[in-house]
Amino acid sequence: MVILETKGLSKSFGAVTAASEINVVINEGEVVGVIGSNGAGKTTFINMVTGYLKPSEGTIYYRGKNITGLSPRKITRAGICRSFQIAQLFKELTTLENMVIAFRMLENKRLGGFAPLLTEKSVEQSLKELKEYGIDEYSDAVVATLPQGVRKLLDIAMALAGQPALLLLDEPTSGVAIDEKFDLMDTVMNAVNRTGAATLFVEHDMEIIEKYATRVIAFYDGSIIVDAPTSEAMVHPDVKEYIIGTELHRHTEESLDNV
Amino acid sequence: MLSQDTTSRNLWIAMCAFVLLAFFLPNWLSFLTTVALAKGLVVLGLVLLMRTGLVSFGQGLYYCLGGYVVGILGTYLGVTDVAILLVITIVSSIVISFLLGLLLCRYREIFFAMLTMAFSMILYGILVKSEIFGSTDGFNIEPASLMGWHPAIESLGTWIYLFTVMLTFLFLQGMHRYFRSPLGFAGKAIRENEIRVEYLGVSPKKVILLKYVIAAVLAAVGGALTAMVAGHVDPEMAFWTTSGEFVFIALLGGITHVAAPIIGAIIFEIIRTFAFDLAPYSWQMILGGALLLIIFFLPNGLWSLLPTRKSGGSL
Repeated sequence: MVILETKGLSKSFGAVTAASEINVVINEGEVVGVIGSNGAGKTTFINMVTGYLKPSEGTIYYRGKNITGLSPRKITRAGICRSFQIAQLFKELTTLENMVIAFRMLENKRLGGFAPLLTEKSVEQSLKELKEYGIDEYSDAVVATLPQGVRKLLDIAMALAGQPALLLLDEPTSGVAIDEKFDLMDTVMNAVNRTGAATLFVEHDMEIIEKYATRVIAFYDGSIIVDAPTSEAMVHPDVKEYIIGTELHRHTEESLDNV
Repeated sequence: MLSQDTTSRNLWIAMCAFVLLAFFLPNWLSFLTTVALAKGLVVLGLVLLMRTGLVSFGQGLYYCLGGYVVGILGTYLGVTDVAILLVITIVSSIVISFLLGLLLCRYREIFFAMLTMAFSMILYGILVKSEIFGSTDGFNIEPASLMGWHPAIESLGTWIYLFTVMLTFLFLQGMHRYFRSPLGFAGKAIRENEIRVEYLGVSPKKVILLKYVIAAVLAAVGGALTAMVAGHVDPEMAFWTTSGEFVFIALLGGITHVAAPIIGAIIFEIIRTFAFDLAPYSWQMILGGALLLIIFFLPNGLWSLLPTRKSGGSL
């Protein structure tokens, strides 16, 4: 079953075209990796699908319904949730409070009423969830004090709290130490498998793409150049030339920076 | 994890103490306390907005609205029953704040502050030009009554004091529950990260609109009570310095605890009364000095004096 389909999706900012003619079909339960160098249009794509940016042209269908131009709020309520390249959290609140708020807000009910937010039940539910991500030891810590990896996990946990049908992860492993990336992705994919959500994740690390994605969409200069099963995409000449090449280059640069 | 909530109980105890005080307080002090509690209510609303990351420099609008509703109904239309006055005050503040809120909920930070101030200055301008309502002098208000009962003028102050105490603590109880409710947390969430709130499927604008209306009701009730106890209203209630005073009290008390605005208001009134007594021509300097000291040494208001509980807590 098709869960998301975009037709001729384009976005330009003045004279700059960030995305042009993006046609993507995502099926229920699929795990799709999105690759491409910086500025290739990956985040623009996610931003358009989740309503943060309004496409200049084209339409987005979610389960056959046109959702183009809806607000992020309505798209979230429809069942598409996302995480962010830079974790978007409530910094002055604790990890636990962040999680409880996410659950409560995504419940799809009105927020009204005078009953306390933090009850034994809601706290227990959130602690259990934090435990699934292995970050329950941070439950009482204020988010501003958390290490980067924990923030990324919390960000994703909050996105998944609404049991979305489609999850979009924008660089889930960015800013995380190389040796922690696989652990983080294992945790995330376990959580995703529990909910059965179709997942699309943006990633620069080809090893992670190869391990977790069943299909790869490669962006270059605002367009999709390859959309194929992972094993095929990884050896595709265009991917090699335009993306893996630049990726290697990027890694070299990063390592040089670290020296 | 879940801390025991003692605030509600403490508020009931404090209310009993205030009621008992009615028998001991000299007139000037019960007058001062009534005004302080009424202003505390206005500040409670302001604090609600500040917890959402918004500072209103125009709560004087609703403070004045409440005062003039009581004044106009009492003096020009002969309605003096406190229950009716209160209901009309609340309804009119809801209507006006809802309409203005539809516009204001789109703005943040300095733009929100300036717009709220602009609206209150518009009311000030209208009232100053309204000769029928005494222009800048304002007018005196008929004494309040309750279901046909007109208390003697000598005891009126005490009755209004008791009425104010009851109302204040009922609102405090309500707001305490509100702060702990999902909507209360939504305010903090909006202050911290509006984007995430959107992506959790909640409209920050709607939440802000609701908070703005609640703050307006609190301010209008505060204004109505002030008018009843002072027996007089004038356009100064909507002037920006009055709104500034509320911001001052909010900074003095802090936004951590639901009772902070009330304590801040009482201390403010005491400082002002004695400063005025001490230096009739330069009392503002004493207030200004006090504000400077607070900003330097107590950035979280008087609550900075208490030992801080572990983060999170039951704010």
